[in-house]
Amino acid sequence: MAAKKRIKGRTMFQETWHRLLKNKGAVIGMAFLALLVVVAVISPFVFDYETDVIGQNLAMKLQAPNSEHWFGTDEYGRDLFARVMYGARYSLAIGVGSVGFGLIVGTILGSIAGFYGGKADDIIMRGIDIFYSIPNILKAVVIVSLLGTSTINLIIALAISCATNYARIVRASVMTVRDLEYVESSYAMGLPTWKIILRHILPNCLSPIIVQTTLLIGTTIISASSLSFLGIGVPAPAPEWGALLSGGRAHIRGASYICVIPGLAIMFTVLALNLLGDGLRDALDPKLKK
Amino acid sequence: MLKYVVNRLLSLIPVILVTSFMIYWAMSLTEGDPAMMIAGDGASQEMIEQIRHDLGLDQPFLLQYFNYMKGMLVGDMGKSYVTNKDVFATFFQYLPNTLYLGGSAVIIATIVSIPLGIYTAIHQNTWKDTAGMVFALFGTSMPNFWLGLMLIIIFALHLRLFPTGGNFGWKSLVLPAVTVGFGLAALITRITRSSMLDVMRQDYMTTARAKGCSEKRVIYKHGLKNALIPIITAIGLQMSLVITGSVLAETVFSWPGIGRLVYESITRRDIPMVTGSIILCSILMCIINLIVDLVYAFFDPRIKAQYSKKG
Repeated sequence: MAAKKRIKGRTMFQETWHRLLKNKGAVIGMAFLALLVVVAVISPFVFDYETDVIGQNLAMKLQAPNSEHWFGTDEYGRDLFARVMYGARYSLAIGVGSVGFGLIVGTILGSIAGFYGGKADDIIMRGIDIFYSIPNILKAVVIVSLLGTSTINLIIALAISCATNYARIVRASVMTVRDLEYVESSYAMGLPTWKIILRHILPNCLSPIIVQTTLLIGTTIISASSLSFLGIGVPAPAPEWGALLSGGRAHIRGASYICVIPGLAIMFTVLALNLLGDGLRDALDPKLKK
Repeated sequence: MLKYVVNRLLSLIPVILVTSFMIYWAMSLTEGDPAMMIAGDGASQEMIEQIRHDLGLDQPFLLQYFNYMKGMLVGDMGKSYVTNKDVFATFFQYLPNTLYLGGSAVIIATIVSIPLGIYTAIHQNTWKDTAGMVFALFGTSMPNFWLGLMLIIIFALHLRLFPTGGNFGWKSLVLPAVTVGFGLAALITRITRSSMLDVMRQDYMTTARAKGCSEKRVIYKHGLKNALIPIITAIGLQMSLVITGSVLAETVFSWPGIGRLVYESITRRDIPMVTGSIILCSILMCIINLIVDLVYAFFDPRIKAQYSKKG
């Protein structure tokens, strides 16, 4: 009896987790992201926002990295280390918030369009086309001009872009599997449509959705920082990483470290997400199961 | 196929109308009274009213929009509040520079990424694959405006090989085009590889090998042709990224294109220029998306068949 139980083994989640842990890149990515989450959570306790993060001290301006200011100081004498650490809060919240929101909306729209086809498909996809036809950055310009510059409005602007991406990809995947035999047999078994979509079609489209999610959280963090770089993202003086780069641009000749460090923070965060995503993709891909 | 093209072209009209309406509406709600902006400080109420009347701002909103779109058909989208230049003409004056930059970036990216993607897929789980994927990982993880700043620091300020910005011959194109193309190349490499790997596990690949096809023919004729559909979709999806990348690269490198035009118009709160540029950009994107869909149908006979049945 005991031996039988052991053979029964793990659930699908445990199986995936086990495989994920075998992937070095994914483990490194997870470790970095865990560290980043810790930094984001503890930074308000370590640094005082009013004095350490946005408080100006012109006597200390534009100091190159040294033992007192590990990452140097900016043109207002603010410690770049404190600002970069605090900035993790913005990037993580914006990235996860926008993608999560976009994933839910986009998957629902994409699966309805792909599964039912016909009129529903036409209406949804034309709607998506409309949003999609405006490049993300310009869409964000319009939304932020309309709603005003704030972090929440930035999340809304970015979520719309994510949703359109998901809808297109989910629709394409659903279209490729909806006529396969196992879907037909689910029909024959008398399953309701929503159950077929949720339990038989979507799990078989999971691979592109996961690849897209990993790419999207990363690209959303990049988009957020790009918009802040242009001055239409997170409003100053908040230490968003893109805003830090925007401030540093004026000092690229004399104090190039201001342009280097926040960019590295963005790059390593997105790199970690991509490593984790690739690991997840391999771990979840049933074709690799053998 | 012709019917499909015509249908798609016709379906663009409502899309363009709704898009432009939404943008026009949203931009008209932004803060600030244009008449007061033009009149400047200390202008009398009559003067402001007169300007409002001249601009047609005292008319009902729908009529304003109708007149705006009617104007667009003949190339009249109003004048900039700041420079007093014609919006339509200014957009088309800047557009070639953006197309030049974006086009060079896409060409660089495609030439590098598709062969690299195939190469890494064929050599899956070897060091060659790892090296290619490390390149792709860094490429997708790097914000391209930051890459632009790094390229300026290294190649313009330290090595003095290229100018830091502006548009003076091919040398000034190199850094911005690499900036826009790098991320794109990385993305297409990843997608080409994953798509090729998916295809390579299919039964028809085994069949092709079993019937004695050369490995090259199996990969390119049977593999790549099937793998191309997601790749083309991906390139199509990334056109928006090219425009976004161009806006950022143009800002970083002071490249005189649409991106810089929009950026400067935003900072000056030049609403007609922003509205006009965004509407025209959206129409441009609709046309690019249509082309992508047509290419898609061309490469996948199944999709073509589906549309001709429908159409």
